[in-house]
Amino acid sequence: MTIIGGNVLKKTPLNEVHRELGGRMVEFGGWEMPVQYRGVIEEHLAVRGAAGLFDVSHMGEIEIRGPGALEFVQQVTVNNASKLKKGQVQYSAMCYPHGGVVDDLTVYRFDEDHFLLCVNASNTDKVFAWLEEVFEEDGSADLTLRNVSDEYAQFALQGPASETILSRLTDLELGRIPSFHFYEALVAETPVIVSRTGYTGEDGFELYFAPADAEKVWNMLMDAGSEDGLIPAGLGARDTLRLEMGYPLYGHELSRDISPLEAGLGWITRLEEKDFIGRDALLRQKQEGLKQQLIGLTLTEAGVPRAGYAIYSGKIKIGEVTSGTMSPSLRVGIAMALIDPEHGAVGSPLQVQIRNRMAGALVVKPPFFRR
Amino acid sequence: MEFPEELKYTEEHEWVLVEDDVATIGISDFAQDALGDVVFVELPEVGTVLDAGKTFGVVESVKAVSDIYAPISGEVIEINEELPDTPELINTSPYEDGWMVKIRMSNPAEAEDLMDAEAYQEFIEGEE
Repeated sequence: MTIIGGNVLKKTPLNEVHRELGGRMVEFGGWEMPVQYRGVIEEHLAVRGAAGLFDVSHMGEIEIRGPGALEFVQQVTVNNASKLKKGQVQYSAMCYPHGGVVDDLTVYRFDEDHFLLCVNASNTDKVFAWLEEVFEEDGSADLTLRNVSDEYAQFALQGPASETILSRLTDLELGRIPSFHFYEALVAETPVIVSRTGYTGEDGFELYFAPADAEKVWNMLMDAGSEDGLIPAGLGARDTLRLEMGYPLYGHELSRDISPLEAGLGWITRLEEKDFIGRDALLRQKQEGLKQQLIGLTLTEAGVPRAGYAIYSGKIKIGEVTSGTMSPSLRVGIAMALIDPEHGAVGSPLQVQIRNRMAGALVVKPPFFRR
Repeated sequence: MEFPEELKYTEEHEWVLVEDDVATIGISDFAQDALGDVVFVELPEVGTVLDAGKTFGVVESVKAVSDIYAPISGEVIEINEELPDTPELINTSPYEDGWMVKIRMSNPAEAEDLMDAEAYQEFIEGEE
């Protein structure tokens, strides 16, 4: 194990491969992960124009099985999991009773009574403990809850060339997998869960399989994609890609102190369709009006907005940047920010304090990047 | 990684080229590599007086913000006008096209305190 800052970091099965590829390793969510290989911008643009391969084995997986599984998933998540058919995936969030977010996640339905939750690496232990707490409090639910994170490696193959590349390694008819659906199939001679999902805004697949197969799957994918411009991509590009799409990242746009409604996730929060933990608090928030709101900002002058920078409307401080970057696709500064909703109308001119100057910005509705 | 012999270097990873009483300043190959893709550069205006050891500008990569320190005191007589629009020159050509400012030195003796290429290379090996 490598020790950075006194913490023992977990390693994915690809750790040595990342180093051989020149990956710059950093701490992320308790894991040692490659932030970049040849450069964030090059990797970002490869995903937008061709394809990138990300090792995201740090992500956590939690399995819920049994006759009470659906009811339990419904209780702990804000989206309506009863709408999921077998082989479908759903983006969702988990709330505390006060409406703050435990984590955002994807919910996979394998069967009537069999679900898999894919959760953020840094939240895996917290989420699992929270689910156990809810499960034990209820006492009557007939289900098993397992943290199966160690049983899965995960890669994200993302970009317009993804389908072409993946089709070379599987008999699965990829053209028949719609977005947010998954199949279990042989890919690169390996049993893989093939999910048409991602965190980049591009077409692509998230692949789950046994950690022992990670190196083989990685190498076969890289070989299959080299002629199409596939390159390894790190967490730096993953962050700029998701930010251009306005996708939230836990710890920035979502937290215990930020509700899904405040974070712009009203579209997955099914207040009218079902009961769930946090619903009462969210209904109250909706009724009383939100105290903070997540918005998109595009800088109208040079500069790079970053997390923590203050947002002003004239002389009044109205909020803070939650994530910001120089958009590699648009070549302007973009940010998401939590502000007083009074100032959040699209088109409003605001200012971002960058060191000792005020940079002009406009409120925009993400995604920042559109094809 | 390259460290031209004719330059002097600082512990904050700036380089200086001294020609008569003019010093050209930039950041080293090691610094640009550590920063990653440079996307923004903030430079002082011509006429600004720099004090050795004090910050005079900022370089930002996708992931990080980094101050630039004046290796030597003097008045800024020219800035690299290409950098605001093409900050990536710092990555692609840290010692030539990616230069940042030229100053007229007020105390040229300060240059003698800076490291030569060999000493700088030893210094960064110690840092890694």
